[in-house]
Amino acid sequence: MNVLAERLAAAEPGGSFAAAFAWAFSRDVRLTMRHPGETLLVVAFFVLVASLFPLGVGAEPQLLQRIGPGVIWVCALLAAFLSLPAMFASDYADGSLEQMTLSPHPMAGWASGKIAAHWFSTGLPLTVLSPLLGLQYGLEGGTLLALAAALALGTPVLSLLGAACTALALGARGGGMLLALLALPLFVPVLVFGAGAAEAQASGLSAAPHLSILGAGLIVAAMGLPPAVCAAVRIAMD
Amino acid sequence: MKLNWFYFASPSTFYRLAGRMAPVFFALAALLGAAGLYVGLVVAPTDAQQGEVYRIIFIHVPASWMSMFIYFVMACYGGVSLTFNTRLAAMMARALAPTGAMFTFVALWTGSFWGRPTWGTYWVWDARITSELVLLFLYFGFIALANAFEDPRRGDRAAALLALIGLVNLPIIYFSVLWWNTLHQGSSVKFTGTTMQVQMLWGMLLMALSFWMYSLGASLTRVRAIILERERRTHWVRELATT
Repeated sequence: MNVLAERLAAAEPGGSFAAAFAWAFSRDVRLTMRHPGETLLVVAFFVLVASLFPLGVGAEPQLLQRIGPGVIWVCALLAAFLSLPAMFASDYADGSLEQMTLSPHPMAGWASGKIAAHWFSTGLPLTVLSPLLGLQYGLEGGTLLALAAALALGTPVLSLLGAACTALALGARGGGMLLALLALPLFVPVLVFGAGAAEAQASGLSAAPHLSILGAGLIVAAMGLPPAVCAAVRIAMD
Repeated sequence: MKLNWFYFASPSTFYRLAGRMAPVFFALAALLGAAGLYVGLVVAPTDAQQGEVYRIIFIHVPASWMSMFIYFVMACYGGVSLTFNTRLAAMMARALAPTGAMFTFVALWTGSFWGRPTWGTYWVWDARITSELVLLFLYFGFIALANAFEDPRRGDRAAALLALIGLVNLPIIYFSVLWWNTLHQGSSVKFTGTTMQVQMLWGMLLMALSFWMYSLGASLTRVRAIILERERRTHWVRELATT
């Protein structure tokens, strides 16, 4: 705790948004890197669930090509959702979150840094891995590209939305189930446009409109949600 | 005379006001509902294409309007409670949520009963229906989050913020029939005029007003119960219980 307070004080007196962002990002990434197993668990979950579908619905190539983008998106959604509690819960439990809230550094800065670190350790590996899973489902080259592009734009939105929900549910009864009820309905638009991008590409249309909407959504979410996350953390600190 | 804007912001005065107002709204709801059903089921003519089945819109459309409108009002109360830190606004937001969830459910339920004879299926994954289902889950999430904390004020604030975040879903539902080319038809009633027959429109408007009055009556009754529960340790509630 004291170490944390010293680090915070030493980060930069006065504190700018960028400094707080960089500090929180590097701290959370370093914490994740100390337990690489957890990130690998998320990736393993993603691959495992995506591999279960062909076993369940049958392995006809046309069927797999048809459902592939949707299945990969749902797996990415669940993987992002299952790793949400790690974002604030342990910091909340050991009091670090309170120290950060009390520090003079801009809250939106370090909250955004934590969200970016969450995306870096879950969304990014899934995006990088998605073409491989797409190959398992027999998707074409263009579709694979559209899928990866949609995931690259969509998973940050999932991290942002999920951060707001997990901050709201800090200290609540009902834990995981409550978080599912809060976060998954909000994830639906991302899922619709994300899976739509790859499907449009697969059926010979352009993925560009879907990607544009995802990109617009990312900008709106990146502007609007960090303040909401800050408000939620403040409510939790009362 | 100086107007005191915050006179009714005190739970004890609002408790009495709500107690006087709720029966009036329920009576209005019954009157308007009876008139609306009469116009809808007896006066309005049979639809040329759909036959008698279309009459379900006298429940379906007003319920869908109310489901979105109540969410909007609930989010506004949430915003007021967060900005001004008022207890009563948060209690009103809580009191509105179950009524809104009920209307969302009624809209989905009647929609599927209408869809079976007309579209040949109870359910399609159409943009408007899916976003209405998401709205139902937003209501459930609001209710669950509001009740998930030991401290009710903490639940109030968290749920209010969630309602504000969920507000982005409303324009998606409302414009979904324009943005996507889907099975659910566009709206026949617009601010600039209507493509409907006049008696049908009147039946629908009367039912919408009736549902509106019912929502007011139900949420005021519910907010009285919430006030009593929250203020149970105060003097005035104890006096109320002993007299």
